[in-house]
Amino acid sequence: MLAYIARRLIYMVSTLILISIVGFGIINLPPGTYLDVYIAQRQIQGTSTAESEIEALRKRFALDQPLHVQYWKWATGFVRGDFGRSFQYNREVKDLIWERLGYTILISVATLLFTWAIAIPLGVYAATHQYQIGDNLAAVVGMAGLSIPNFMLALVLMVIAQRYFGQSVGGLFSNEYIDAPWNLAKLWDLLKHLWLPVVVVGTSGTAGLMRMMRGNLLDVLNMQYVQAARARGLPEYAVIWKHAVRNAIHPLIMLLGMSLPSIISGSLVVSVVLSLPTTGPLYFEALRNQDMFLAGTFLMFLSTALVVGNFLADLLLAWIDPRIRYE
Amino acid sequence: MAQTPRQRLYTGEELALEASAPVATVVATDVGRWSIWYLIWRRFLRNRLAVASVVVLGILYVLVIFADFFTPYDHLTVNEDFVLRPPQRLRWIDPEGNFRWRPFVYGTQTVLDTENLLWIHEDDPSQIYPVYFFVRGRPYKILGLFETDIHLYGVEEPGTVFLLGTDRLGRDMVARILFGGRVSLSVGLVGVTLTILLGSILGTISGYFGGIVDMVMQRVVELLMSFPDVALWAALAAALPPDWSTVKRFLAISVILSLIGWTSLARQVRAKVLAYREMDYTAAAKAAGASHTRIILVHMLPNALSHIIVVATLAIPGMILAETALSFLGLGILPPAVSWGTLLQDAQTVSVVVKHPWIMIPGAFVILAVLCYNFIGDGIRDAVDPYAI
Repeated sequence: MLAYIARRLIYMVSTLILISIVGFGIINLPPGTYLDVYIAQRQIQGTSTAESEIEALRKRFALDQPLHVQYWKWATGFVRGDFGRSFQYNREVKDLIWERLGYTILISVATLLFTWAIAIPLGVYAATHQYQIGDNLAAVVGMAGLSIPNFMLALVLMVIAQRYFGQSVGGLFSNEYIDAPWNLAKLWDLLKHLWLPVVVVGTSGTAGLMRMMRGNLLDVLNMQYVQAARARGLPEYAVIWKHAVRNAIHPLIMLLGMSLPSIISGSLVVSVVLSLPTTGPLYFEALRNQDMFLAGTFLMFLSTALVVGNFLADLLLAWIDPRIRYE
Repeated sequence: MAQTPRQRLYTGEELALEASAPVATVVATDVGRWSIWYLIWRRFLRNRLAVASVVVLGILYVLVIFADFFTPYDHLTVNEDFVLRPPQRLRWIDPEGNFRWRPFVYGTQTVLDTENLLWIHEDDPSQIYPVYFFVRGRPYKILGLFETDIHLYGVEEPGTVFLLGTDRLGRDMVARILFGGRVSLSVGLVGVTLTILLGSILGTISGYFGGIVDMVMQRVVELLMSFPDVALWAALAAALPPDWSTVKRFLAISVILSLIGWTSLARQVRAKVLAYREMDYTAAAKAAGASHTRIILVHMLPNALSHIIVVATLAIPGMILAETALSFLGLGILPPAVSWGTLLQDAQTVSVVVKHPWIMIPGAFVILAVLCYNFIGDGIRDAVDPYAI
């Protein structure tokens, strides 16, 4: 097991290195260096940039050096916690990123839990009641959930919430709590706002997961050991939940890691509509303004969260399923 | 049905596959009598939802291709007097309660909403404009070839007929939706064509040759899969030069969308090819001296084809949704070009949507198209295994 974890760790680090190369490539994609963009932006604001400052920035990011030296500077800076500078906000990227990344991960994890809590029981129900009304209904609703763009669902739910419940649902906190220190009331306020993004982002994932659970369980229910369990006179709930579901759920855990990208992507788009204080609005704003250090760093962090999530999913799978070989 | 030798050989391969799968049951009477494609077609027709979806999508594509004919106005014509006019309903009963055979629309009166200090357009029952069909209007070219000026419907000046309302510059929503559909409905097709090409070629090579090629390919796939897709798409789209022409940008967006899409297809094709490599018929072909190219093209790709089609069909809705999201965020198709996503850009805040709900209508078209593609994909997936019961 330890060797397996070590091997997976090495694997993870090598993936992260590759990701950082792609991320750096994206930062460098737009024409011109970031320094040109910076100087141009300063000129628009009406301030000229001092020659010494330009020189300092050029030195810091090694802009006069060949590309691989620049990459090395950027990547090692990453490890030290120096992510470069956002030109748009004229602040260090690391100051901008931490809190927002935390909320993104919070929403993603909450969405994941929500998806599983809804999808597994529904999938089991659909499989045990195949072709009955409940199954067909779940299929239709699930299909609809897959087909509605996330941001539209968010808009529609917001309109409904505002019209019929009189609740303002944008953001993650009510106005009076935004700058307040953490306490129970603030936490409660957060939970009151959290349900909307979680439901919106989770809808499409829930549909997919439910269908998969249904399919897997149907396969397992055809197995002979299920028949044998029934023949031994086990009560139906024990047959389903103790024998069938346990075996049908393993492939889904593998999917756990793979469903993270779509959840993070979904939360990015939805957060723009819901104006959440997460990475989404800042990321797209940075892209539209070609603030590439900020955008590239966000992309790096999101991918890192994904890779780590995948790693954890693999560990979970190895821990839960004794049939996994650690070669 | 008459069978050429090649068809018979093909059916035999399918049978070998079926026999190796323990669960699948073979319907003896159908075997060898019909070609596999006929069986698939027959089974697909049995799925009513999928067939209905094909019809609906067909109608959508016709509407979009002949958008000029179906709309009285151009999608770029700005009407300052009719900004955000609510949809004009087609009516048959006039204010006096008489039934009219020719449908008509009311004219527009503009009043000041004193509470919000906004100009609001309302139906004015005192003005009645009958709707005429096959009327002459602005000239256009059908399919870019034949010049004509016939439009499906229209009213006489100074009347207007905005069946789905107008946007914030007074442009006809029907026209904008149909012209926008050209981009939204074709981005998936172009993207999926690239996906199929990349995914099946790379997947086959990876599975067939194995070794170091396979390893490198799998790592690339894993790398691409470890990015949140919308974030990567947005980053690449943002890096496109802003001075590119509409067509160039459209193609670039399709390429970007297929850049991630091919990975899952390549994985599945690889898995299939790995299985086929161990089949007896592959060994037989090798023993008979067939080249790699022949084995791949004649023995493997046809077998994997149905699978590729399923994955491809199910990939299209994802691409339509992705284009919509990108354009919605202002990173995809850029104005003045329209797509359903750029139309939805106007609907970014709740207050706008509450006041002018009709600007959400493009979203309904997105949902309809995506739903249809999903149903069709499901139908094909069930149909490609015609021997299973």
